[in-house]
Amino acid sequence: MSTSTDHGRPDPEATSPAANSDGRPVSDRGDTVCVIGAGASGLTAIKNLREHGFGVDCYERETGVGGAWNWRHDRSPVYASTHLISSKPFTQFPDFPMPDSWPDYPHHGQLLSYFERYADHFDLRSHIWFGTEVVRVEPVEGDRWDVTTRSTGGYGPERTARYAAVVIANGHNWSPKLPRYEGLEEFRGEIMHASSYKDPAQLRGKRVLVVGAGNTGCDIAVEAAQQASRCWHSTRRGYWYAPKYVLGRPADQVNDSLLALRVPLRVRQWLYHWTLRLTVGDLTRFGLPKPDHRVYETHPIANSQLVYYVGHGGIGPVPDVARFHPYAVELADGREIDPEVVVFATGYLPRFEFLDASVFGDSAGAGRPTLWLNAFTPGHPTLAVAGLLQPDSGLFTLSHWQTVLFARLLQARRDRPERATAFASRVRERAGERYSGPVKDSSRHWFEVGHADYLRAIQRALVELEGK
Amino acid sequence: MRGREWSRPVRPARREVLSAVPELEEGRPPLLFVPGFGHGAWAFAEHWLGHVASRGFPAYAVSLRGHGGSEPAPEATLRAYAHDVVQVAASLPRQAVLVGHGAGALVVAHALARYPARGAVLVAPVFGGWKVLGAALRRNPAGTLPAVFGGPLRLNRGQLFSRELPDEEARRYVGRLGRAGRRAQWALLGEPEAEPAVGAPPVLVLGSPDDRVVPASTLTRVARRYGSAPLLFPGMGHDLMLDARWAEPIDAILDWLEKEPVAR
Repeated sequence: MSTSTDHGRPDPEATSPAANSDGRPVSDRGDTVCVIGAGASGLTAIKNLREHGFGVDCYERETGVGGAWNWRHDRSPVYASTHLISSKPFTQFPDFPMPDSWPDYPHHGQLLSYFERYADHFDLRSHIWFGTEVVRVEPVEGDRWDVTTRSTGGYGPERTARYAAVVIANGHNWSPKLPRYEGLEEFRGEIMHASSYKDPAQLRGKRVLVVGAGNTGCDIAVEAAQQASRCWHSTRRGYWYAPKYVLGRPADQVNDSLLALRVPLRVRQWLYHWTLRLTVGDLTRFGLPKPDHRVYETHPIANSQLVYYVGHGGIGPVPDVARFHPYAVELADGREIDPEVVVFATGYLPRFEFLDASVFGDSAGAGRPTLWLNAFTPGHPTLAVAGLLQPDSGLFTLSHWQTVLFARLLQARRDRPERATAFASRVRERAGERYSGPVKDSSRHWFEVGHADYLRAIQRALVELEGK
Repeated sequence: MRGREWSRPVRPARREVLSAVPELEEGRPPLLFVPGFGHGAWAFAEHWLGHVASRGFPAYAVSLRGHGGSEPAPEATLRAYAHDVVQVAASLPRQAVLVGHGAGALVVAHALARYPARGAVLVAPVFGGWKVLGAALRRNPAGTLPAVFGGPLRLNRGQLFSRELPDEEARRYVGRLGRAGRRAQWALLGEPEAEPAVGAPPVLVLGSPDDRVVPASTLTRVARRYGSAPLLFPGMGHDLMLDARWAEPIDAILDWLEKEPVAR
């Protein structure tokens, strides 16, 4: 390892003064890399960059690690009962296994303690500036970046530091996506987004309408079935509700044994439909709509309990919401229901408010960047996004390999520039590639990847970069 | 892609971990000792753990499944053993240095591909292959031959210890030896090549030219694989941590750790 591994914290007096476009002083951090966010992807970025010999400054707006998985954070979307939907081998970092004593699908509190142990084990905290948020990230000449930060909440002066590279790991599950409905403003009941749902006590004894059939929506519908006096669950289309266990093993492990054998998608779909038919059977008998797509074409929903509570009558499946009235909700099929609480589990949109949208080739400002491997930006070889993925499996393995690839790329820029140039041209060529089978077009599936396809793509990129 | 590994996770097993922690936490990396086949964590608890702690490094030793005080596991594979090591390493408060002895060194080599260790030390590494088998058959045909057919591998005191160790002690140690899983023993014959280590840890190889289990040429070969030369302690048997002059190799390991940048 080089001696430049540890620059310590930026000290404006010790570094050479420079000035940015506004004429304010910039402290030059040399070869140091800036990581934005100390959530799961940010932590693995710090660890892998350090392992490859880079100095790292990480800015985290909260006061602890774990990002979305730390329920104390105001941007955390987790609720009291959140459990993982991918089993342990798929969820853990590939080089830091979760303890054997944990269940197949750990609770979010366990996941947080896992991240804390990861941070302590690899001594990452000394590289993180807690309580500091990033205001602006601007490209400057020489593929370097000016990062302007201030204390969370906007207190104190802004400081700008110049970095050799930036990893954006600010997460994509914190900016709620709220659909527009006619008459929503006049509705007199309580309306909340799933991000503010924390505890089933919020629903106890009430008539609840849950909108959205993502994994969150299904979880909340199940809790409402247990706690609320009445629960409706509104979905846009029929979905495949995958059980968490099939054939006596976690379902994703069964699926991956097929993937390891490279069983083609059609065969897997057929096997899947057949397994579901044998277990839960035809869901239209409960009044659930028939799925308008084949399995694997939408983000998978792993919930064994939803169908169970539909069978108990605890959840009333209803179609899409047409419009809101002051005391009632009109459904697409003309029925009217009268919920007291409406929970919108309608998902989140990514936001990069500190970055000019044109950097990402997203001139429309819709929040959908055009990237290669969902991580690399054409024209900006020293910028990477970590964890901007919706995998059909655990995310952390994928962001681990993303950041390994980025660290190797930075190494190549230093040691073998011709390979880094070739990499940059591949980024330009292949930006916008997808790594999944055909999926339904929806903002929910912008970042959908099949974990097997995606990891193979990363592996190819690594091999191409290192030319082995 | 490790689809096969993900879809068939290793079955968890209760593991025995012995430890000796220095009274004063000095921020040094912990050492995790991995005993070879037949040995348990006790082999290190005898002398080395205490000595390491007295020099300011936290020391831990794990018994691989089926060994020592861990859960019996007759069908254990090499992968299960490596899993045990990675699990224990990840449970330590800081990034660990893995120290493998004998076939435990092979387990460590496999664990290094799944855990970015701070560093690794391979003590008298048994990486398998026909040469090691040949040596073992020559020295101890009665103890080795059954292992080829799935029976237990029985090592005798002449293989493990030098003459300097008092007879009584040697007999006590040999009496405590257990056996490794059948499948893991067979795996030794195939000379299983470990995947490259993650995180490029520095690796130290040491052994004894008078070791009757590991030929000196094997030591050199293993060391070359990790880009170094073996550190040799003449006159000692295979079990360097139990032999009469046990303090010399462990002091050399700790000196190396202090010199390497790993001990930051």
